[in-house]
Amino acid sequence: MNDATQNRRRAIDVVNASLKKRYAREARFRRIGLGAVVLGLVFVSVLFFDIVSKGYTAFVQTHIELEVFFDPAVIDPEGKRDMQEIARADFRKLVREPLRALFPEVKKRNEKRALDGMLSGGAPYQLLDMVRSDPSLIGQRRTIDLIADDDIDMLVKGHIDRNAPPSDRRVNDQVIGWVDTLTEQGRVKRKFNSGFFVNGDSREPELAGIGGAVAGSFYTLLVTLVLSFPIGVAAAVYLEEFAPKNRWTDLIEVNINNLAAVPSIVFGLLGLAMFINLFGLPRSAPLVGGLVLTLMTLPTIIIAARAALKSVPPSIREAALGVGASKMQTVFHHVVPLAMPGMLTGTIIGMAQALGETAPLLMIGMVAFIVDVPGGPLDPSTVLPVQVYLWADSPERAFVERTSAAIIVLLAFLIAMNTFAVIMRRRFERRW
Amino acid sequence: MFKKSLIVAAATAALVSTGAQAAAARDYISIVGSSTVYPFATVVAEQFGKSTQFKTPKIESTGSGGGLKLFCAGVGVEHPDITNSSRRIKKSEQDLCAKNGVKDIVEVKIGYDGIAIANSKDSQQLDLSRKDLYLALAKDVPDPKGGDKLVANPYKTWKDVNASLPSTKIEVLGPPPTSGTRDAFAELVMEHGCQEYPFIKAMKKTDKKAFKAACMGVREDGAYIEAGENDNLIVQKLEANPNALGIFGFSFLDQNSDKIQGSKIDGVEPAFESIADSSYPVSRPLFFYVKKAHIGAVPGIAEYLAEFTSEKAYGEEGYLSDKGLIPMPEAERGQFRYDAKAETPMSAL
Repeated sequence: MNDATQNRRRAIDVVNASLKKRYAREARFRRIGLGAVVLGLVFVSVLFFDIVSKGYTAFVQTHIELEVFFDPAVIDPEGKRDMQEIARADFRKLVREPLRALFPEVKKRNEKRALDGMLSGGAPYQLLDMVRSDPSLIGQRRTIDLIADDDIDMLVKGHIDRNAPPSDRRVNDQVIGWVDTLTEQGRVKRKFNSGFFVNGDSREPELAGIGGAVAGSFYTLLVTLVLSFPIGVAAAVYLEEFAPKNRWTDLIEVNINNLAAVPSIVFGLLGLAMFINLFGLPRSAPLVGGLVLTLMTLPTIIIAARAALKSVPPSIREAALGVGASKMQTVFHHVVPLAMPGMLTGTIIGMAQALGETAPLLMIGMVAFIVDVPGGPLDPSTVLPVQVYLWADSPERAFVERTSAAIIVLLAFLIAMNTFAVIMRRRFERRW
Repeated sequence: MFKKSLIVAAATAALVSTGAQAAAARDYISIVGSSTVYPFATVVAEQFGKSTQFKTPKIESTGSGGGLKLFCAGVGVEHPDITNSSRRIKKSEQDLCAKNGVKDIVEVKIGYDGIAIANSKDSQQLDLSRKDLYLALAKDVPDPKGGDKLVANPYKTWKDVNASLPSTKIEVLGPPPTSGTRDAFAELVMEHGCQEYPFIKAMKKTDKKAFKAACMGVREDGAYIEAGENDNLIVQKLEANPNALGIFGFSFLDQNSDKIQGSKIDGVEPAFESIADSSYPVSRPLFFYVKKAHIGAVPGIAEYLAEFTSEKAYGEEGYLSDKGLIPMPEAERGQFRYDAKAETPMSAL
């Protein structure tokens, strides 16, 4: 008895002696874990801050308000209102005249060029579009906000240092003087840059937009979804519910897991060899992009779908079979609907992955300068991350903010998709 | 299951067949090629798309070599109509073209591009000779102690290379070997620089391979940093590191003249005028090549040629010069405009 109490005390002593150490170890582990999370958050917030602080200015665009006279003598001298004829008219003259009228002292040729250069090369087309939608404008005077050149835009936004020596800036003193005069008259306006969301690519930063890239991404992902979801789910259902477990299915499983880890550029090469060279599909088309991305997202979807099917308890299958359902009915009436939220989550994550992919698209010609917004999966197009890459490589200063703005839009799409996946999981997931 | 896979198969087949149909008739021009010509070709394409009833051409930036490979793959709408190139087509490429049935090629020279060697405005402007650059960047250089043999590059600072240069570490950011800019730099600067040594020059006749290795091999000990094809990135890195030099196209120097300055090469500053009159030594002509068999088959090619070779595009004060293209002399412009209009195929090299 005495011996036993002594022994017990000794055990407690041992525990007590080590307690401090054990607590310290736990606290240390928690701190390291917390530190890792904080470090991750810091990196993400630095990235977001950098992108947003560089990019937010791209959502506004400098315009110059001018009174334009839609001179019939310039637009339509014969008065036939023939649109083909009108499209060939010299609209540049219409945008130059009001600006020159404001600064009548400008006489020299190169000064005139500098003055004309304050407006974007797209300003004449702005007028053309207005006349196209409303031919009755011809002969009238209208006050219009015309798009300013990217250099003026950068100056107004403060990205050009006014105090730098004149030889070191893109904008000379005279132009700065004109901009200041126009600002005093209240003619320089910063408006929401709607063109950024609807226009296709352009070499003029003030006209460039992500409309074409968003449409391209949409068609590419549509093709990917239409192909990869049914194929992926079908493959998963077959492998999980119907296939016998033997060496062949093991081999297939290993290969699917391997495919998920293959670098995406390899799928691009495969797509080039198969879809373009063998099947003769057009280069740069979202259809081919979608097919290649299907190959890439299939393993992700199959793996997620199989995991979802596995998590459906066997009792459900046994109950269904017990009341006389066939194997097919068991699977499609009971197991698949219960596994659907998990499958959809996997699909959305696969789609988000596909949305951010550029490497496989490089090989099939989707890294290209495309101005026209694609109207279908066969028109040449690019996708959002490719647009980011192309703009990041452009020499004009104004593309820096546009690159960041395109990244913001891309991130917004990704966050929206992933949030949707999380919400779906929360709402429909069932635990047994 | 079976039904579902049948539906999927049918849908795929339908998509493939419509795809094949789309390839059979293409209503836009397909352009590939050099990343150096890309910024100019895209501007022309955009103007062309806006001012004509044709669709805007599609332009892929594949590099000169990659572009010519695609271009020479054959005649037919699945192959590109035009390829841009920052160097002239090679004999081997012309042969490949001919082998694949691409017989008549129209060559159009569009102007010149300078290669700038620049550093941050925060440090002093350098005055480099091509020999200095060769000694600073080559993998093996002639023994500084004298004698006609090559040793691994021992130079650490610019002062070691040339006593008149500052004693800053040699650190040059430049394009990777796949780039046309790098090819041109190797040919125009390195090869020229190394030929100032008579014994290397003599190798050119006796052992061409060894000559090439001696002249164009770039050191791999960290002094030359391959910064990728993104010239903008190089500009940003130069801003952050005032001691580094960068190698890139003149248009990037032109657009960022408030942050970086071009070094003088053999005493000549990189500027619009000095490249145009070819007193600046590191400049090269830019080209594009057109498949004659496609003119008329794909709508708009002739009109695109007319737009590109018009005075308002590649002329003295054209919109391409605003983007940094150095125009050709007037007579040469007229010649290429005439040839483009007449669709004169180039002769065999």
